[in-house]
Amino acid sequence: MLINQVCLRTLNLDQPWSLESYQSVGGYSVWRRILAEKVTPEAILAELKLSSLRGRGGAGFPTGLKWSFISRNSPGQKYVLCNADEGEPGTFKDRDILRFNPHQVIEGMIIAAYVMNASVGYNYVRGEFSESFKRVEHALQETRELGLIGKNILGSGFDFELHNLAGAGAYICGEETALMESIEGKKALPRFKPPFPANFGIYGRPTTINNVETFASVPVILQHGGRWFLDMGTANNGGTKVFSVSGHVNKPGNYEVPLGTPFKTLLELAGGMLNGDKLKAVIPGGSSVPILPANIIMDTNMDYDSLSKAGSMLGAGSVIVIGEKTCLVKVLARISHFYYEESCGQCTPCREGTGWLARVLARIVAGEGKIADLDLLVSVAGKIAGRTICALGDAAAMPVQSFLKHFRDEFEYHIIHQRSKVTA
Amino acid sequence: MISPEAKAEIEHWLKKFPPEQRQSAVIPALKAVQKDNGWLSREMMDSVAAYLGMSPIAVYEVASFYTLFDTSPVGRHKIAVCTNISCMLRNCDDIVQHLKKRLGIDWGQTTPDGRFTLQEVECLAACGGAPAMQIAGDCHENLTLKKVDAILDALE
Repeated sequence: MLINQVCLRTLNLDQPWSLESYQSVGGYSVWRRILAEKVTPEAILAELKLSSLRGRGGAGFPTGLKWSFISRNSPGQKYVLCNADEGEPGTFKDRDILRFNPHQVIEGMIIAAYVMNASVGYNYVRGEFSESFKRVEHALQETRELGLIGKNILGSGFDFELHNLAGAGAYICGEETALMESIEGKKALPRFKPPFPANFGIYGRPTTINNVETFASVPVILQHGGRWFLDMGTANNGGTKVFSVSGHVNKPGNYEVPLGTPFKTLLELAGGMLNGDKLKAVIPGGSSVPILPANIIMDTNMDYDSLSKAGSMLGAGSVIVIGEKTCLVKVLARISHFYYEESCGQCTPCREGTGWLARVLARIVAGEGKIADLDLLVSVAGKIAGRTICALGDAAAMPVQSFLKHFRDEFEYHIIHQRSKVTA
Repeated sequence: MISPEAKAEIEHWLKKFPPEQRQSAVIPALKAVQKDNGWLSREMMDSVAAYLGMSPIAVYEVASFYTLFDTSPVGRHKIAVCTNISCMLRNCDDIVQHLKKRLGIDWGQTTPDGRFTLQEVECLAACGGAPAMQIAGDCHENLTLKKVDAILDALE
């Protein structure tokens, strides 16, 4: 199987992040062709729709459709925004795409700006990613020197300026409207929707925001065609996806494979189970998505629809592999602690509920739990989900509900015996 | 109050935003003054507020919301250790215990010589190289006890 064909296509080259490497695989040829042949935005949207590219940040919304929400002829300033605030536990693909292929993200953003007739773009990089930030900064300098961004690009009359920004440590900034608040110099509290960013984004102006991997996919799709991309994956799950594989595997890392690849194959690519341990469970899309026991995930393909059918989600493609000797009570307690730490505090069900989940799980880990705590957890999770402005509340609830659905006996054992069923 | 270097840094960032949106530069401005002083005193935050035309409370809100800002003194080197799920699966507990023992401090504390502050942080997106920690923007991955010692020995 061919791997790393799209966002990680420069990875096998010397200095994969360099302009030279990027141009050697066709980088910026798409943008130059769009300008030279005056390719219409409609034609670009048609290719994107054909490719069936879906948002790679976690929500999976069709990109071509999203880009068509902004009318390019509407008056006034419009913005293109790249969400590079990667923070979902288990996810480490955007950091690598930015470190190893920054030009491709830039070209994707330029094309988006052209489609929506936006003259300013921001790439909001997570504050902790200093290496990624520097690579993008350097790449932007090179792009400017080539005249591919700036005023009157290659004599086309089209202006686009792209700025690199850095956050300061807040998971919630990955939520698109929180990220906009952060750019406006405020606490990153998610906004109530509607209005959606396409109408009311940064500074109240129409804004299109996409994930790093989504933008980075666009130049390759337009270079080889929407059909080429679609055919790599399966219907409605076009193309490839970067899977961040971590946990109990021999070769953790990013693997870009076709959507629809069996989990078994991905596990083999990642070197199989660490120490030859038996697989216990997998969290297939980042810490917020429902956990799946080994017997289910081993028969599941890695794409949006298959994972949804199996009872979980593709999320950001963050595959956390868990071996049989792991105490899942401790794992869930850590996940719940994370959402408690990162809740912005704006909505009461999330602010209070995440604290309840974290405290009850901490006391179970400490051997001070009661059997009634398990129903309490499910009840609190149910009272958070669907009752908050943003998805962080759901993200906190789903792990609790799914761990207890599939592994309730392990929690009961831990409460009754005041120690782990597995590691004791 | 704001050093000429920090002012130049803030001006560099202000150019990225519309002229009427000076508040957008508050995050890089706070980073610039924190770099000068090691942490953000109330006076420094007030200076940033005045420079950007913000009310002081709006600056305090930002400084206390984002984890990379310190509103009380910290050590010369902040050791930020990830204990989230992927690092936990790869035994970050051993790394944490070792660090606490070697430094003689717990989470959030600073060594008496003012050299190190130990921080528990959330996922650093280095799960492929777990366990991981970050010091001054440098991410250290695939940590072993020996590697941790070598990294700390090299810091003043």
